[in-house]
Amino acid sequence: MLDWTIYISFAGMLLMVFIPKRNLSVVRGLALLITLAGLAIALNAFLHFDPAAGVVPIRKVAWIPTLGANFFIAVDGISITLVLLTGIAAVAGVLFSWNIEHRAKEYFAFYLALIGGVYGVFLSFDVFLLFVFYELPIIPQYFLIAIWGSTRKEYGAMKLAIYSFVGSAMVLIGLIAAYVIAGGKTFDLFQLAQFPFSERFQYWAFPLVFVGFGILAGLWPFHTWAPTGHVAAPTAASMLLAGVVMKLGAYGALRVAMTLFPLGLQAWRHEIAVLATIGVVYGGLVALVQRDFKFVIGYSSVSHMGFVLLGLMTLTTIGLSGAVLQMFSHGVLAGLLFGVVGRMVYDRTHTRDLSQLEAMNLGQALPFAALIFVLAGLASMGMPGFSGFVAEFQVLIGAWRMYPTLAVICGAGIIIAVAYTLRAIHRSFFSNEPPAANVHALPPITIPERVGSIMLIACSLIVGLYPRLLLDIINPSWDSTLMSRLLIR
Amino acid sequence: MITVLTLLPLIGAIIVAYVRRERAARALGLTVSLVVLAIALSMLARFNAGSPQLQFVERHVWAPSIGAEYFVGLDGLSLLLVILTCLVIPFAMLAAWKFERPSNAYVALMLGLESGLIGTFTALNFVHWFLFWELSLVPAYFLIKLWGGPARSQAANQFFIYTLVGSVTLLLSFLVLYWVTRTFDLIQLADLGRSGELVARLRPQPWWPTLPAETLAALVFAGALFGFAVKVPLFPFHTWLPATYSEAPSAVSMVLTGVLSKMGVYGFLRILMPIFPEQMRAALTPLLWLSVATIVFSAFAAFAQRDLKRMLGYSSINHLGYCMLGIFAAAKYTGTDPSWTLQKAAALNGVLLQVFNHGITASALFCFVGVLEHRSAGLKYIDSFGGLRQAAPVFCGLMGIATFASLGLPGLNGFVGEFLIFKGAFPLAPWAAALALLGLFATAVFLISMMQRVFHGPVTERWAAFPDLRRSEWMIVAPAIGLMFALGIWPNLLLRLTNTTVANFAAQLAN
Repeated sequence: MLDWTIYISFAGMLLMVFIPKRNLSVVRGLALLITLAGLAIALNAFLHFDPAAGVVPIRKVAWIPTLGANFFIAVDGISITLVLLTGIAAVAGVLFSWNIEHRAKEYFAFYLALIGGVYGVFLSFDVFLLFVFYELPIIPQYFLIAIWGSTRKEYGAMKLAIYSFVGSAMVLIGLIAAYVIAGGKTFDLFQLAQFPFSERFQYWAFPLVFVGFGILAGLWPFHTWAPTGHVAAPTAASMLLAGVVMKLGAYGALRVAMTLFPLGLQAWRHEIAVLATIGVVYGGLVALVQRDFKFVIGYSSVSHMGFVLLGLMTLTTIGLSGAVLQMFSHGVLAGLLFGVVGRMVYDRTHTRDLSQLEAMNLGQALPFAALIFVLAGLASMGMPGFSGFVAEFQVLIGAWRMYPTLAVICGAGIIIAVAYTLRAIHRSFFSNEPPAANVHALPPITIPERVGSIMLIACSLIVGLYPRLLLDIINPSWDSTLMSRLLIR
Repeated sequence: MITVLTLLPLIGAIIVAYVRRERAARALGLTVSLVVLAIALSMLARFNAGSPQLQFVERHVWAPSIGAEYFVGLDGLSLLLVILTCLVIPFAMLAAWKFERPSNAYVALMLGLESGLIGTFTALNFVHWFLFWELSLVPAYFLIKLWGGPARSQAANQFFIYTLVGSVTLLLSFLVLYWVTRTFDLIQLADLGRSGELVARLRPQPWWPTLPAETLAALVFAGALFGFAVKVPLFPFHTWLPATYSEAPSAVSMVLTGVLSKMGVYGFLRILMPIFPEQMRAALTPLLWLSVATIVFSAFAAFAQRDLKRMLGYSSINHLGYCMLGIFAAAKYTGTDPSWTLQKAAALNGVLLQVFNHGITASALFCFVGVLEHRSAGLKYIDSFGGLRQAAPVFCGLMGIATFASLGLPGLNGFVGEFLIFKGAFPLAPWAAALALLGLFATAVFLISMMQRVFHGPVTERWAAFPDLRRSEWMIVAPAIGLMFALGIWPNLLLRLTNTTVANFAAQLAN
């Protein structure tokens, strides 16, 4: 059933082509319908998911038999969490692009193609299939940014595309080498993972594949596409970019690089943990001095993804679960923050410059936007009661065991996060300036924006207050034969 | 029951935020806080003061894989602070209503703050407790940031970030404890800490940098200590406080000094002292002297202030310094001689009384300064006033009572707590207690000279027509003044509540 999330997204994309161009409400309605259906399927599967079952195969169809590539769709606790995240982010993205009128049809067609690819990555257990799905979002992402973006959009789009392709090329080289060494018979993740690759091979293949995926996860120092890409993208695209596309990288690193090359992982984990920690602190410090509101959120994404990567490197159940939880949490919150900045503020004021926003004192003109930004900001800085806290908390517990020094440095990262969030809150919404006369003419916050933002903040709050909802599903996944080899006991 | 108490203000806050008219919002906010007070008092009536057990316990599974549990309960210490919270919040709300014309958001944040405070004082699992500890920070931040004085932004940021740095070190320390004990249950952790098991479990492990267990334990203790020392605050971590108190609106300062500052003392008593008795003893000498420095320096600093709110801020540091002195004296190692246990019980009883009394007195003083600010369109400098006594006898009389209570006049509430602290601390730590007396004198000097300059002196043209308190206004402070007399004359009201808990603490400290 879960594989239908992929089919309907692509079917929706095709349907878009046949809708008359002028019929804007049908275009939007269809996009909303498709994403809602995806969310419904994901939610249904999530609620009926049996965590004890390990990896549940859903569909396996021979695809390219000569290569040994199958259309192999399966799900485990990690996948289902991220599929659910994709469903939520997709719906929210449509709600936040309700005001798109310029070439809306193509916009939503690209949008749905992107979503379909993302669902595909999270559900593929065939490495070849996973790679195909992984490549897919790059194209729609490029066009979404290049056509509907702002602020150096061609540059941002091209930079993102090039970084993605370089990463993919690295992944591809590593995977083909592994495929050939393992006998060239299968791309099935389970069978490849069984193959005892030599330590020498793993020693160079692991960093190649991991960093290849890690580029998309914002691994320092390969993160530079992230801020420019996020800033250039239209609101919904930056919501998806930060919300789910960055997770593709982290997910690929975990599912492919780490499970295929456990010995390589052991050899390199310290170096990667250090890079992740640098990302946490560096992203935060850079966010602290940005003048463009969207760059603040863009760099904060780099910082938060550092927690994901550090969590992955702890190789303990609690740290790994924390990393997956952080993927979910950051997906929801970064989406929301970009929604506020891009849609609620930028589309109304046409500026993202913090000093100009400071003079507007938007807290009075857009109280709802201010409230949501404050809540999302608190949640992303790790305030207890929201999802970010539970996630970073677990990552830090895991990190204490493996890398006590890095855990302390990441503690400093949390303080930096507080500082840049407070600074952004202060300068954007609650400056001491009297409000400018013209800000009251700003269009009010629309219903779709309200619904979307309340949905996202509710997700963060529910997970934060009752983390078992996800943890009971994520925790048992580390016991499956595929994933349990990662753990250091 | 505790759940209702904690969540009621939060629900009230959400409703208040959506009420259309400001007057209705204020009335609703006040009603909610009074209902909460009524519930708290009914719990007080049903509380069995003779039993050392936790009461009103509620325990539910929350997130077992990270050791989080919904676990609340009350002993004498918690109950005392819950009552204090429930008294100060409506008091501050009334004062705000009268003198600050609060908007819906202001009232809602105040209620949110109340919820955070009650949660902090009742939670017994670290994760649960930490949630509320941080939750209380957010409304306080926005109350200062949005309605404070001219330098409110810097003050609010300084307050938030300073406290948060403390919270992060505290959090990191507890994450280490979780790794070695697999529990966040504060009661269990205290048992492990007392039996020395905690240090044993911190022994060097293959993945840990090669530090001896004692050093590691000391580091963990230092992280937790910093978190609480900032909150109290203990010299030299106090620098955020004067600016914060002075920029915050007076009603918010009432809550800050009345209840928020007690969170740190509570943390010392509930968390630091039971879990790290050995580490605390090892660091006792410097800690004792820090508490003396807190008392003496802040008293002299208060003497030098021109801004009334800053002066009261330093005075607050000074009064909490006595609490620190009492706690550190009681933590001293003395062997099992039972007579020492009595001294420790006296000191700790004094600490609890001081916590409660200072909460009442200091919030009343800030309320009076709020009146001054309100009547003079924002003036809060000592030199701006003079000769008020003739124009406003009722105001000056009542504020005088609160000031005398604050400086520890026998017969008023402040005296009993400080007396008990010194009674216990003198035999336990004679030199520190003797030096701290210096602070006691300095406090008397700066408070009396403040009164002299504000109330007396030549009547200036400007203040001749200073409107005195109307009946509706002095009714607000009347309950606080009443409590000052009642507790000063009959401190058993509180001692009855705290005695068993304190005896329990003292007995544990003797081992």
